[in-house]
Amino acid sequence: MIPPAPKCPLQLNDQGRLRHFLSLDGLPRSMLTEILDTADSFLEVGARAVKKVPLLRGMTVCNVFFENSTRTRTTFELAAKRLSADVITLNVSTSSTSKGETLTDTLRTLEAMAADMFVVRHAESGAAHFIAEHVTPNVAIINGGDGRHAHPTQGMLDMLTIRRHKGDFEKLKVAIVGDILHSRVARSNMIALKTLGCPDIRVIAPKTLLPVGLEQYGVNVYTDVNEGLKDVDVIIMLRLQRERMQGGLLPSEGEFYRLYGLSEQRLALAHPEAIVLHPGPINRGVEIDSLVADCPRSMILNQVTYGIAIRMAVLSLTMSGQNEQRQLDAEKQESL
Amino acid sequence: MSLPDPAILIPAIAHELQAHLKAKNIDNPRFVGIHTGGVWVANALLKELKNEEPLGILNVSFYRDDFSRTGLHPQVRPSQLPFEIADQHLVLIDDVQMSGRTIRAALNELFDYGRPASVTLVCLLDLNARELPIRPDIVGATLSLEQNQRVKLTGPEPLAIQLQTIDNL
Amino acid sequence: MRIQINGARLIDPASKMDQQTDIFIDDGKIVALGDTPRGFVADQMIDANGLIATPGLVDLSVSLREPGYGRKGSIASETRAAAAGGVTSLCCTPHTKPILDTAAVVDLILDKARDEGFCKVFPLGAFSQGLAGEQLAELVTLRNAGCVAFSNGLIPFKSNRVLRRALEYAATFDLTVIFHPQDPDLAEGGIAHEGAVATFRGLAGIPETAETVALSRDLLLVEQSGVRAHFSQITTARGARLIAKAQARGLAVTADVAMYQLILTEEALMDFSSFYHVLPPLRSLADRDGLREAVKSGVISAIASHHQPHEADAKLDPFASTEPGISSIELLLPLAMSLVEEGVFDLPTALARLTTGPAAALRLNAGRLAIGAPADLVLFDPQGQTVVGEHWQSRGRNCPFMDHVLPGAVRYTLLNGKVTHKNVS
Repeated sequence: MIPPAPKCPLQLNDQGRLRHFLSLDGLPRSMLTEILDTADSFLEVGARAVKKVPLLRGMTVCNVFFENSTRTRTTFELAAKRLSADVITLNVSTSSTSKGETLTDTLRTLEAMAADMFVVRHAESGAAHFIAEHVTPNVAIINGGDGRHAHPTQGMLDMLTIRRHKGDFEKLKVAIVGDILHSRVARSNMIALKTLGCPDIRVIAPKTLLPVGLEQYGVNVYTDVNEGLKDVDVIIMLRLQRERMQGGLLPSEGEFYRLYGLSEQRLALAHPEAIVLHPGPINRGVEIDSLVADCPRSMILNQVTYGIAIRMAVLSLTMSGQNEQRQLDAEKQESL
Repeated sequence: MSLPDPAILIPAIAHELQAHLKAKNIDNPRFVGIHTGGVWVANALLKELKNEEPLGILNVSFYRDDFSRTGLHPQVRPSQLPFEIADQHLVLIDDVQMSGRTIRAALNELFDYGRPASVTLVCLLDLNARELPIRPDIVGATLSLEQNQRVKLTGPEPLAIQLQTIDNL
Repeated sequence: MRIQINGARLIDPASKMDQQTDIFIDDGKIVALGDTPRGFVADQMIDANGLIATPGLVDLSVSLREPGYGRKGSIASETRAAAAGGVTSLCCTPHTKPILDTAAVVDLILDKARDEGFCKVFPLGAFSQGLAGEQLAELVTLRNAGCVAFSNGLIPFKSNRVLRRALEYAATFDLTVIFHPQDPDLAEGGIAHEGAVATFRGLAGIPETAETVALSRDLLLVEQSGVRAHFSQITTARGARLIAKAQARGLAVTADVAMYQLILTEEALMDFSSFYHVLPPLRSLADRDGLREAVKSGVISAIASHHQPHEADAKLDPFASTEPGISSIELLLPLAMSLVEEGVFDLPTALARLTTGPAAALRLNAGRLAIGAPADLVLFDPQGQTVVGEHWQSRGRNCPFMDHVLPGAVRYTLLNGKVTHKNVS
């Protein structure tokens, strides 16, 4: 009786298809695979002369960024435009919230602009869920990153990179290295890898950067990078932020690089054909050596291209789910 | 009703197509099949014509006109056009023509690749159920169905036409 | 006014009474139990067949929100909610505006409670001036004005030395100090229990050690100073065990736990619902089970609501931006009944933790039914049901149990022989 039963997944419609894209948590393997397959098709679109398809023509996608980001914002913009949607970008961080407007009031104002879809980035974990719960249900909410919680499109583009260059997840060893504690990318990656059947997911960091309870999610924890990188097929390096030096988490960037940085020697511990990923922007000489970042096994630039295709896939599939739900609701109304 | 046999239709189409192309002075067209059934028919046609040129494959999911009603269910295989479209003569092949919307989507997609010199439309079956003014240049057979009937092409080997009755209309 | 209550099953944990008996009330006091006293003619008869009569509940921690936080609640609204929950005596916390650190504020609260309230209010005074943790508040003056104990809430003292001195001062005058053990540095920035759920929800964690480190320090200082101590809102199993050990070696400390802490765990945070945002946080299943054991054994002798009503806006934001607190004083008995039904403890134990246990912890003249005692009692229907929210009294609707159907229903609450709440369908 108590505690209450878990809510029906907020991001799925009555037929179990995506209507928001908030986190990879709870999405079935078949759905993640569908996103990857759809993205493959969109990659093909990106390779030809006219890089557009008319799927979202006449629709408006609104980038609502409460937290600044050039990279994520521009790839979402590009993705929406390639789907023939109209795009507006609102950097809310610089305007109303600093004037004391509540988040719900900002949302009401945005709703009045009649966009079909919001891509949201916010500094607080759970913000995308909150927005999806409090905005009119037929606006699709895409999570562009919320606090430490999730960055689902980044997770999916990392998975696409892995699938295209290393194949079947069930045969891979994947290592995620760096500031796991503060990383939404790490969390989304761990969930995606688990769902897609990766049997050996490794996180590598000093104890101060490892959150509690990871083992409960089927992840192998290493504090020794030389042990953790042995024979891995994929290395995902995370960005180390300057602020981590405060508060006793790390003594210096130099020591972090000496102990955990991806140098050529460390890369050699992995499988000879291992690939290197990084969500960007990279800190050369802090988490990754310049030579490694630029070597042929580095997928960092490919990730950007795949990111556009993944975001096109997510935007289309979510819009599709919203349309389907609208249809279902109309049918329900008629039968009453 | 007796259903036509693709094994008989394909050679007839091939023959008619060759005559049609000759009459229009089209020398070396490229073949494009609409995924999935159109690709099967196209492959069978190319084999019949002893044509070893690569086949273009179109996935029209992203160009359909019913996205806002039924959404995206992409049985996804990316489109693959291993040749230039601009100034090329094309033979566009689909299995069953019904409303004409699939062909419209295919034409829109092709034009996003480039401006073809011409497009000849070949369909295995025409159901005479047009909703748009699009008509195949060459047809294997014409069928008239009841309200509750549908046809489906099975394949790729052997190709066969199946009749389905839908109960819940 | 003479009242006769017929046919109730009277459970008085203080005297270990549990029997079917009639209750006779005159002039606000209980004058007889059992047989009708000679010459007694009732002005009002209450048919209590099928109901359980128990002393009015004693709630050690309630935020009345007055003075100063009118959007969240008032003495009138929250004591009315208390009455609906079967509470007849409550302790209000010092986090008011202005803070409860002057006799004037105490007077204001007691006056309002007497004039507009539905409950006996026993103010908890601020332990330090302005709750700033630097200078002692005028403890004796506050005691004389009516404060029954002193608390600094979750706000830390500036140093252990200042804390020690404050405790020694309180001990000089036999005053009770209430501790909310949480180390501010270990807890800093945290909003949820540091564990697997917070990890995957990306919520900053408050480790178990935030409570146990502070608790250990507090227990040693209590021992050194000899002050009367009550530990409030324990959330960890480890913390409960530390208290048990201290009691075992002769330290007369008492402790309470929030009712919701015996039911909810960190799992509730899965959907980021701000209704589960509380401070100190909901912890693991193991912690909850450890707390239940401690309540059952009596190491924790009191259960309090830790009632914190909020206006809707306070909970309408992403999790970390919302204000912590649950409004639940109306649900003390139904939630207790759900635990009894689950077999966590038996009904007399549950009632003891809600009546005589809290009263004894702060030496309050409350929580017992006896001849000559004030007629503060509650009649509840163990077979009834409470639909949460249906007759909601609190100004704060921030309750995660909203719309749930809970077992048991309060039918009558009497304060000094007057009916302060009635719900008979």
